[in-house]
Amino acid sequence: MLVRTMCRRALGLAWVIPALVMLAVFVYLPLVQNFGFSTLTWDIYSGDQEYVGLENYRRLFDDPVFWSSFANNLWYAVLSIVFQVFGALLLAALVESVRRERWQRALRAVYFIPAAISLTVAGLLFYFVYEPNIGLLNHVLDAIGLREFAQPWLGQESTAMFAVIAMSQWQGFGYCTLLFAVAIQRIPAELYEAAALDGVGPVRRFFQVTLPLVREMTGLMVMVTVSGAFQVFNEVMVMTSGGPNNSTQVLGTWLYRNGFVRNDFGSAAAIGTVLFVITLTIAMAQLWITRRKRVEW
Amino acid sequence: MVTRLGFLGVIARLFMWAFLLGLAVVVLYPLLWMVLNGFKSNAELFDNPFALPDTWSFENYQKAWNRGVSDYLTASVLVTVTSTVATVFISAWAAYGLTRVNIPLNKVLTAVILGGLMLTPTVALVPLVQMFQSMGLYNSYWALLILYTAFRIPFTTFLIRAYMIDLPREVDEAAEIDGAGRWTAFWRIILPMCKPIITSTVLLHVLFAWNEYLFAMVFTNGSDVQTLPVGLTSLMSKHGTDFPVVFAGMAIAAVPVVLLFFFGQRYIVKGLADGIGK
Repeated sequence: MLVRTMCRRALGLAWVIPALVMLAVFVYLPLVQNFGFSTLTWDIYSGDQEYVGLENYRRLFDDPVFWSSFANNLWYAVLSIVFQVFGALLLAALVESVRRERWQRALRAVYFIPAAISLTVAGLLFYFVYEPNIGLLNHVLDAIGLREFAQPWLGQESTAMFAVIAMSQWQGFGYCTLLFAVAIQRIPAELYEAAALDGVGPVRRFFQVTLPLVREMTGLMVMVTVSGAFQVFNEVMVMTSGGPNNSTQVLGTWLYRNGFVRNDFGSAAAIGTVLFVITLTIAMAQLWITRRKRVEW
Repeated sequence: MVTRLGFLGVIARLFMWAFLLGLAVVVLYPLLWMVLNGFKSNAELFDNPFALPDTWSFENYQKAWNRGVSDYLTASVLVTVTSTVATVFISAWAAYGLTRVNIPLNKVLTAVILGGLMLTPTVALVPLVQMFQSMGLYNSYWALLILYTAFRIPFTTFLIRAYMIDLPREVDEAAEIDGAGRWTAFWRIILPMCKPIITSTVLLHVLFAWNEYLFAMVFTNGSDVQTLPVGLTSLMSKHGTDFPVVFAGMAIAAVPVVLLFFFGQRYIVKGLADGIGK
């Protein structure tokens, strides 16, 4: 009897097996393999492999481009926190204070549109926006009398990275705004009414009611945004491919370049490990935040 | 509701509206510019990028279509549809097993499946290329179908699981009394009850698969298996001087997802909110 029950319970595993197999083979196994590959020099065309221990990591950490890529990812993280988290939070609070329901929904939808289209389309579009001859940006500057600021935004080292990051903010802020809007809507209306009865103005209402009650969401968004900032690939690849002179290189594109352009898969795998350590650390921090007691209201 | 606004209040409101509408213009104008440029000739585009097109001809859209966009679109539709069906089914199965069947090691299995959320595609890239080459699946639809499914199972399972947990236990008991087997209970009773979350996950996966670039770029190189995001970059490199054709291609890639978002807005918002807010 016991055996039969156990068999029946084991049979239940059939439900999760497809998911487990897919994850084990295509997500977890390559992750483990990646550590192994990072200790090899490996020419994919000749198939020659040689064990070199931590040599790839040593070369990586000696490479200034690795560190400038890392710095670019950090810039991405910092500016995304400013614009996509705190900017979006302020914006969501503004949008939710609009009293006409129809306008509110329209604004939320409009801001989200860039997040729905692919980063490739957005990246190509901004490649043209920044283009020196037909580019929208230079023409707008011209039209408002700031001609002297017109420049080849993506073509020079000093501006390229920030131009790329600016495009990402354009593409992503609506996504965060939408999520904050949902979080704000979940705040019970009585809290705002009570605050209004006490004669608290809109600015103080934001700081005393809204902000404390979306704190958990804000923490999560910071984590998601930072994690995303270290996975950046698409927009950089489409707009600059890491140039000019590696000035817009990020870890993702540097991994790609080492592996698939320079045919140095060992180094690419080593960058993969670095990315893994960074994103895992962020994910752990995120878990720790969500485990903590939720805000009560 | 009657509100009394002081003079300062009125000014603040005005500023707020100016800001909100100004931001809407900043968001919409580049997109409008993209669609309009698809109608212009190259000369017109260089002459005055702001102007409306002289004549509204679909020539560039046709050219873009014939220069590969129709193939890219077919590939995108194929990969998106198959990976959506595979991901949502496998995830719903897993979620059902984890929430409504008494299976051994439930907690461990849940952690293993949802733990995939933390892992990023870039990290696994090098080994995956080697794996798919040795399996002979490199440069095929299969590569994208498998990868999109595998990497999105954790997120999709997470959403469906959260929904299924909240369904009342009595449903399963009633099904058992009626003599329904596990499969019937899943297919006829639980799955229909999960319709809202299934819709959300379908839409979120479609947005993801339609827009995905990294895997699509690394795992395909023939034009007949390239999806739209990768195809557009090859259109750009092949016909980069013919800007209006590239703009037309971009518009063709963007319009379906924008429409999808408008019609499925409610479900997308709900899915996103559940995904991050729980």
